[in-house]
Amino acid sequence: MKNSRRRFLKIAGLSFLGLAGSRMLPSSSAEAATAPAEERPVYRNGERAFNARHWGMVINTRAFDNAEIFAAVISACHKYHNVPDIASKQEVKWIWKAGYHETFTDQLDNYPAKSVVERHYPLLCNHCVNPACVRVCPTQATFRRSDGIVAMDYHRCIGCRYCMAGCPFGARSFNFRDPRPFVADVNSAFPTRMRGVVEKCTFCSELLAVGEMPLCVKASNGTIAFGDLSDPNSKVRKLLAENFTLRRKPTLGTEPSVYYII
Amino acid sequence: MYNAKYIAPGILIFLALFTLPFWYNFGAPKYERPALALPVTKTDCIEPRDVMAATHMQLLDTWRDMALRQGKRVYVSSGDKEWTISLQNTCMTCHVNKAEFCDKCHNSNSVSPYCWDCHVEPRGNK
Ligand code: HEC
Ligand code: HEC
Ligand code: HEC
Repeated sequence: MKNSRRRFLKIAGLSFLGLAGSRMLPSSSAEAATAPAEERPVYRNGERAFNARHWGMVINTRAFDNAEIFAAVISACHKYHNVPDIASKQEVKWIWKAGYHETFTDQLDNYPAKSVVERHYPLLCNHCVNPACVRVCPTQATFRRSDGIVAMDYHRCIGCRYCMAGCPFGARSFNFRDPRPFVADVNSAFPTRMRGVVEKCTFCSELLAVGEMPLCVKASNGTIAFGDLSDPNSKVRKLLAENFTLRRKPTLGTEPSVYYII
Repeated sequence: MYNAKYIAPGILIFLALFTLPFWYNFGAPKYERPALALPVTKTDCIEPRDVMAATHMQLLDTWRDMALRQGKRVYVSSGDKEWTISLQNTCMTCHVNKAEFCDKCHNSNSVSPYCWDCHVEPRGNK
């Protein structure tokens, strides 16, 4: 055949154009029509789940005046979440007890009221609006959810402990060793942790998901209030409007979501 | 052949080593699916049985991301049934005999999920 090379190039060029052009045509609508009305499987929230735009906590410290209430609140949390009981520097804690000067380091008053200084305060993760731990986490194992809870995804934690260095409240604990031998009675409804991960309070997000209040709130006989800080009619906002409250280390700008009625 | 004295034995040794896995398993018993202890009181899994056998690892991965990262803790299966997303409180309440179910199949397939370092095994095992 004459000019065979030229012919070949022509055909090749034409078919290339045809191919490229067909991509630009709207794709056939047949595909869309066969899609089912509602796709399965679906992932969604539970019907009874509690929702909020900004979960927060208001603690009436005046009522935290005896060892029993601290014990009740701490053991309710630690027992359910399989928090190991290690009495050393390798201690693991989600909620704990501290004195005035340790709690409110920003209060520089020379002669604070005796009742306030002698009181003890329950401390826990502050679920900050600007959480330092989240900014430094290299794997996004800790992150701020849209409802304000600073959550932990233990599966992603590589144990680098940056978050512990970042958190100004000491709310995070590292598992220096296998925690299982230090959990007296393992709650089989909740996982433990393993050596080499960091853990902390999660505002009981697993319970909020099934319409239950956090365990410390339930164990506190009404002295800890929990609710939506963004809703002016919520219980927590009412308490804040009626009482003088402090937050821990407000000057650092992390914006804690836990308030203490003094 | 040039240097055949060295090359021929070299090729033979190479072939012997290369095919070693075939010789090693020659005549070994054929792989058989282990007999699993299925739940006694229940008849259906979350998804059809063959789907579960083939994709339960992806399902569990998606479950944990959905539950912990998206906060979605309910799964509506392809059979339109609702399940609470939980390894311990959903899967393992039916598959109480972990040793004779999950472990048996995993061992015969040389898989060892690290989930149980943290997740609590059902008491049915002990
Ligand atoms: C309601 C009880 C129930 C729950 C919950 C359940 N299963 Fe099952 N599972 C079964 C039953 C019953 C079978 C056997 C199905 C059959 O025979 O058709 C099965 C089968 C399986 C199989 C296939 C076994 C085989 O022989 O190939 C796997 C894998 C499996 N389940 C894993 C899981 C995982 C992982 C979960 C949690 C995500 C889970 N199951 C949750 C009851 C359950
Ligand atoms: C029928 C056999 C079989 C049964 C029964 C089974 N598995 Fe598996 N599973 C496998 C296989 C095979 C793999 C590895 C797949 C791969 O690596 O691609 C696997 C992988 C996994 C993985 C991912 C492991 C990893 O390292 O990524 C998890 C998690 C898992 N299985 C959980 C379970 C649980 C929980 C059960 C019991 C409720 C169970 N499996 C029962 C066969 C089984
Ligand atoms: C470092 C410890 C750890 C390891 C290892 C681990 N998990 Fe978890 N996992 C947890 C904790 C703690 C939770 C509960 C968090 C919550 O509910 O707030 C959880 C939750 C989950 C959930 C969602 C909710 C629930 O209650 O089950 C799934 C699904 C899950 N894990 C699957 C897995 C699988 C599959 C593996 C193994 C491939 C695994 N996990 C390994 C600690 C771990």
